Amino acid sequence: MTVLLIALGAAVGAPLRYLTDRAVQTRHDSAFPWGTFTVNVVGSLLLGVLVGWPAGPALTALLGTGFCGALTTYSTFSYETLRLAQGGQRLLALANVVGSVAVGLAAAAAGYALARVLLG
Amino acid sequence: MPEPSEPRSDPDVDLRVPADRRELTVRPATVLAAIAAGGVLGALARAGLQHAAPHPPTGFGWATFAINTSGCLLIGVLMAVLGHLGGGHPLARPFLGVGVLGGFTTFSAYAVDIQQALVAGAPGTALAYLAATVLGALVAVALGDAVTASLLRRRAAR
Repeated sequence: MTVLLIALGAAVGAPLRYLTDRAVQTRHDSAFPWGTFTVNVVGSLLLGVLVGWPAGPALTALLGTGFCGALTTYSTFSYETLRLAQGGQRLLALANVVGSVAVGLAAAAAGYALARVLLG
Repeated sequence: MPEPSEPRSDPDVDLRVPADRRELTVRPATVLAAIAAGGVLGALARAGLQHAAPHPPTGFGWATFAINTSGCLLIGVLMAVLGHLGGGHPLARPFLGVGVLGGFTTFSAYAVDIQQALVAGAPGTALAYLAATVLGALVAVALGDAVTASLLRRRAAR
Protein backbone atom coordinates (compact mmCIF):
# COMPACT_ATOMS: atom_id res chain seq x y z
CA MET A 1 0.00 0.00 0.00
CA THR A 2 2.80 2.41 0.96
CA VAL A 3 4.55 1.64 -2.32
CA LEU A 4 1.41 2.48 -4.29
CA LEU A 5 0.94 5.77 -2.44
CA ILE A 6 4.57 6.79 -3.07
CA ALA A 7 4.19 5.84 -6.75
CA LEU A 8 0.98 7.84 -7.06
CA GLY A 9 2.53 10.92 -5.45
CA ALA A 10 5.62 10.69 -7.65
CA ALA A 11 3.54 10.16 -10.81
CA VAL A 12 2.01 13.59 -10.15
CA GLY A 13 5.05 15.33 -8.63
CA ALA A 14 7.58 14.66 -11.42
CA PRO A 15 5.42 15.91 -14.34
CA LEU A 16 4.32 18.87 -12.21
CA ARG A 17 8.01 19.84 -11.76
CA TYR A 18 8.46 19.75 -15.53
CA LEU A 19 5.29 21.81 -16.16
CA THR A 20 6.14 24.33 -13.43
CA ASP A 21 9.69 24.68 -14.77
CA ARG A 22 8.29 25.35 -18.26
CA ALA A 23 5.74 27.86 -16.98
CA VAL A 24 8.26 29.77 -14.85
CA GLN A 25 11.03 29.76 -17.48
CA THR A 26 8.75 31.29 -20.13
CA ARG A 27 8.08 34.23 -17.82
CA HIS A 28 11.62 35.62 -17.40
CA ASP A 29 14.78 36.20 -19.46
CA SER A 30 17.46 35.87 -16.78
CA ALA A 31 19.94 32.99 -16.67
CA PHE A 32 18.92 32.24 -13.09
CA PRO A 33 17.05 28.89 -12.90
CA TRP A 34 13.89 30.26 -11.29
CA GLY A 35 11.85 27.23 -12.38
CA THR A 36 13.85 24.70 -10.34
CA PHE A 37 14.18 27.21 -7.50
CA THR A 38 10.37 27.49 -7.38
CA VAL A 39 9.64 23.74 -7.20
CA ASN A 40 12.37 23.20 -4.60
CA VAL A 41 11.09 25.97 -2.33
CA VAL A 42 7.41 25.01 -2.67
CA GLY A 43 8.20 21.32 -2.06
CA SER A 44 10.30 22.16 1.02
CA LEU A 45 7.47 24.31 2.42
CA LEU A 46 4.90 21.54 1.90
CA LEU A 47 7.13 18.85 3.41
CA GLY A 48 7.73 21.14 6.40
CA VAL A 49 3.95 21.36 6.90
CA LEU A 50 3.58 17.56 6.66
CA VAL A 51 6.34 16.95 9.23
CA GLY A 52 5.08 19.66 11.61
CA TRP A 53 1.46 18.55 11.47
CA PRO A 54 2.44 15.61 11.73
CA ALA A 55 0.71 13.73 8.90
CA GLY A 56 0.06 10.00 9.27
CA PRO A 57 2.09 7.33 7.43
CA ALA A 58 -0.25 7.11 4.43
CA LEU A 59 -0.34 10.85 3.79
CA THR A 60 3.41 11.08 4.39
CA ALA A 61 4.02 8.37 1.77
CA LEU A 62 1.66 10.00 -0.78
CA LEU A 63 2.48 13.68 -0.30
CA GLY A 64 5.88 13.62 1.42
CA THR A 65 7.97 10.78 -0.04
CA GLY A 66 6.04 10.58 -3.32
CA PHE A 67 4.83 14.04 -4.28
CA CYS A 68 7.32 16.41 -2.55
CA GLY A 69 10.23 14.04 -3.24
CA ALA A 70 9.52 13.90 -6.96
CA LEU A 71 8.46 17.56 -7.28
CA THR A 72 11.80 18.71 -5.86
CA THR A 73 15.16 17.78 -7.33
CA TYR A 74 18.80 17.92 -6.40
CA SER A 75 20.12 16.61 -9.73
CA THR A 76 18.63 19.44 -11.81
CA PHE A 77 19.68 22.00 -9.18
CA SER A 78 23.32 20.82 -9.24
CA TYR A 79 23.47 20.52 -13.04
CA GLU A 80 22.11 24.04 -13.51
CA THR A 81 24.68 25.33 -11.03
CA LEU A 82 27.45 23.54 -12.94
CA ARG A 83 26.29 25.02 -16.26
CA LEU A 84 26.18 28.54 -14.80
CA ALA A 85 29.75 28.12 -13.51
CA GLN A 86 30.94 26.62 -16.82
CA GLY A 87 29.37 29.54 -18.67
CA GLY A 88 31.39 31.99 -16.61
CA GLN A 89 28.41 33.11 -14.52
CA ARG A 90 30.04 32.20 -11.23
CA LEU A 91 28.14 34.78 -9.22
CA LEU A 92 24.80 33.42 -10.44
CA ALA A 93 25.99 29.88 -9.69
CA LEU A 94 26.89 30.92 -6.15
CA ALA A 95 23.60 32.81 -5.78
CA ASN A 96 21.72 29.71 -6.92
CA VAL A 97 23.43 27.52 -4.30
CA VAL A 98 23.19 29.96 -1.40
CA GLY A 99 19.70 31.16 -2.38
CA SER A 100 18.23 27.67 -2.91
CA VAL A 101 19.63 26.31 0.35
CA ALA A 102 18.74 29.38 2.44
CA VAL A 103 15.25 29.89 1.03
CA GLY A 104 14.54 26.13 0.92
CA LEU A 105 15.53 25.80 4.57
CA ALA A 106 13.50 28.88 5.51
CA ALA A 107 10.49 27.45 3.64
CA ALA A 108 10.82 24.11 5.48
CA ALA A 109 11.01 25.93 8.83
CA ALA A 110 8.07 28.19 7.91
CA GLY A 111 5.92 25.22 6.87
CA TYR A 112 6.83 23.36 10.04
CA ALA A 113 6.09 26.38 12.26
CA LEU A 114 2.84 27.13 10.42
CA ALA A 115 1.58 23.56 10.93
CA ARG A 116 2.54 23.71 14.60
CA VAL A 117 0.73 27.02 15.17
CA LEU A 118 -2.41 26.07 13.24
CA LEU A 119 -2.75 22.59 14.72
CA GLY A 120 -0.88 23.23 17.96
CA MET B 1 27.02 10.45 -36.08
CA PRO B 2 25.34 13.74 -35.14
CA GLU B 3 27.49 16.64 -34.01
CA PRO B 4 27.80 17.09 -30.23
CA SER B 5 25.35 19.84 -29.37
CA GLU B 6 25.80 22.77 -27.02
CA PRO B 7 25.10 21.43 -23.51
CA ARG B 8 21.71 22.49 -22.22
CA SER B 9 21.44 24.51 -19.03
CA ASP B 10 18.39 22.77 -17.52
CA PRO B 11 18.04 18.97 -17.71
CA ASP B 12 14.31 19.23 -16.98
CA VAL B 13 13.40 21.65 -19.74
CA ASP B 14 15.63 24.17 -21.50
CA LEU B 15 13.45 26.53 -23.53
CA ARG B 16 16.44 27.75 -25.57
CA VAL B 17 16.56 24.25 -27.08
CA PRO B 18 14.04 24.06 -29.97
CA ALA B 19 13.29 20.36 -29.33
CA ASP B 20 12.38 21.15 -25.72
CA ARG B 21 10.08 24.00 -26.75
CA ARG B 22 8.30 21.72 -29.18
CA GLU B 23 8.10 18.50 -27.16
CA LEU B 24 4.91 19.35 -25.29
CA THR B 25 2.99 20.39 -28.45
CA VAL B 26 4.16 17.43 -30.53
CA ARG B 27 3.26 14.64 -28.10
CA PRO B 28 2.34 15.94 -24.66
CA ALA B 29 0.83 12.70 -23.32
CA THR B 30 3.86 10.57 -24.23
CA VAL B 31 6.35 13.02 -22.75
CA LEU B 32 4.39 13.51 -19.51
CA ALA B 33 3.82 9.75 -19.20
CA ALA B 34 7.55 9.09 -19.65
CA ILE B 35 8.34 11.67 -16.94
CA ALA B 36 5.73 10.20 -14.59
CA ALA B 37 6.94 6.62 -15.14
CA GLY B 38 10.57 7.62 -14.57
CA GLY B 39 9.57 9.67 -11.54
CA VAL B 40 7.81 6.67 -10.00
CA LEU B 41 10.88 4.44 -10.48
CA GLY B 42 13.23 7.07 -9.06
CA ALA B 43 10.99 7.82 -6.07
CA LEU B 44 10.56 4.13 -5.21
CA ALA B 45 14.33 3.59 -5.36
CA ARG B 46 14.78 6.60 -3.05
CA ALA B 47 12.10 5.37 -0.63
CA GLY B 48 13.69 1.91 -0.57
CA LEU B 49 17.11 3.30 0.33
CA GLN B 50 15.69 5.66 2.95
CA HIS B 51 13.72 2.77 4.44
CA ALA B 52 16.83 0.55 4.52
CA ALA B 53 18.97 3.18 6.25
CA PRO B 54 16.77 5.35 8.49
CA HIS B 55 18.28 8.06 10.70
CA PRO B 56 17.11 9.77 13.91
CA PRO B 57 16.41 13.56 13.71
CA THR B 58 19.75 14.24 15.42
CA GLY B 59 21.65 11.93 13.04
CA PHE B 60 23.26 12.45 9.63
CA GLY B 61 20.90 11.46 6.80
CA TRP B 62 23.29 9.11 5.03
CA ALA B 63 20.66 7.56 2.76
CA THR B 64 19.45 10.91 1.37
CA PHE B 65 23.06 12.14 1.16
CA ALA B 66 24.00 9.08 -0.93
CA ILE B 67 20.84 9.44 -3.06
CA ASN B 68 21.46 13.10 -3.84
CA THR B 69 25.19 12.82 -4.55
CA SER B 70 24.85 9.69 -6.72
CA GLY B 71 21.89 11.23 -8.57
CA CYS B 72 24.03 14.31 -9.29
CA LEU B 73 26.89 12.15 -10.57
CA LEU B 74 24.45 10.33 -12.86
CA ILE B 75 22.81 13.52 -14.25
CA GLY B 76 26.33 14.71 -15.17
CA VAL B 77 26.99 11.42 -16.98
CA LEU B 78 23.56 11.40 -18.66
CA MET B 79 23.68 14.96 -19.94
CA ALA B 80 27.21 14.45 -21.32
CA VAL B 81 26.10 11.29 -23.15
CA LEU B 82 22.93 12.93 -24.51
CA GLY B 83 24.91 16.01 -25.54
CA HIS B 84 27.38 13.77 -27.37
CA LEU B 85 24.51 12.04 -29.19
CA GLY B 86 23.01 15.39 -30.20
CA GLY B 87 20.10 14.90 -27.82
CA GLY B 88 19.62 11.14 -28.17
CA HIS B 89 16.18 9.54 -28.23
CA PRO B 90 13.45 12.20 -27.73
CA LEU B 91 12.17 10.39 -24.62
CA ALA B 92 15.60 9.67 -23.08
CA ARG B 93 15.91 13.03 -21.29
CA PRO B 94 12.26 13.17 -20.13
CA PHE B 95 12.36 9.57 -18.83
CA LEU B 96 15.88 9.32 -17.38
CA GLY B 97 16.74 12.92 -16.51
CA VAL B 98 13.43 14.59 -15.59
CA GLY B 99 11.77 11.38 -14.38
CA VAL B 100 14.19 8.84 -12.89
CA LEU B 101 16.93 11.16 -11.60
CA GLY B 102 14.57 14.03 -10.77
CA GLY B 103 12.33 11.62 -8.86
CA PHE B 104 15.28 9.88 -7.21
CA THR B 105 16.97 13.02 -5.87
CA THR B 106 15.11 15.32 -3.51
CA PHE B 107 15.52 18.84 -2.25
CA SER B 108 12.56 18.81 0.14
CA ALA B 109 13.87 15.93 2.29
CA TYR B 110 17.28 17.65 2.32
CA ALA B 111 15.83 20.95 3.58
CA VAL B 112 13.51 19.31 6.12
CA ASP B 113 16.26 16.99 7.43
CA ILE B 114 18.43 20.05 8.16
CA GLN B 115 15.48 21.82 9.80
CA GLN B 116 14.64 18.75 11.89
CA ALA B 117 18.24 18.37 13.08
CA LEU B 118 18.13 22.04 14.17
CA VAL B 119 14.81 21.48 16.00
CA ALA B 120 16.25 18.37 17.68
CA GLY B 121 19.19 20.45 18.97
CA ALA B 122 21.92 19.08 16.71
CA PRO B 123 23.21 22.18 14.87
CA GLY B 124 26.58 20.52 14.20
CA THR B 125 24.95 17.62 12.36
CA ALA B 126 22.65 20.05 10.51
CA LEU B 127 25.57 22.14 9.29
CA ALA B 128 27.71 19.12 8.36
CA TYR B 129 24.83 17.57 6.41
CA LEU B 130 24.00 20.89 4.72
CA ALA B 131 27.58 21.49 3.58
CA ALA B 132 28.49 17.87 2.74
CA THR B 133 25.44 17.46 0.48
CA VAL B 134 25.97 20.72 -1.41
CA LEU B 135 29.70 20.15 -1.90
CA GLY B 136 29.29 16.44 -2.63
CA ALA B 137 26.55 17.14 -5.18
CA LEU B 138 28.54 19.82 -7.01
CA VAL B 139 31.73 17.74 -7.11
CA ALA B 140 29.71 14.71 -8.29
CA VAL B 141 27.92 16.51 -11.12
CA ALA B 142 31.16 18.15 -12.30
CA LEU B 143 33.00 14.80 -12.18
CA GLY B 144 30.21 12.93 -13.97
CA ASP B 145 30.14 15.56 -16.72
CA ALA B 146 33.92 15.95 -17.13
CA VAL B 147 34.89 12.28 -17.01
CA THR B 148 32.10 11.22 -19.38
CA ALA B 149 32.78 14.02 -21.85
CA SER B 150 36.50 13.20 -21.84
CA LEU B 151 35.90 9.46 -22.38
CA LEU B 152 33.50 10.17 -25.24
CA ARG B 153 35.95 12.61 -26.87
CA ARG B 154 38.76 10.07 -26.61
CA ARG B 155 36.59 7.36 -28.13
CA ALA B 156 35.46 9.64 -30.96
CA ALA B 157 39.08 10.62 -31.73
CA ARG B 158 40.10 7.00 -32.21
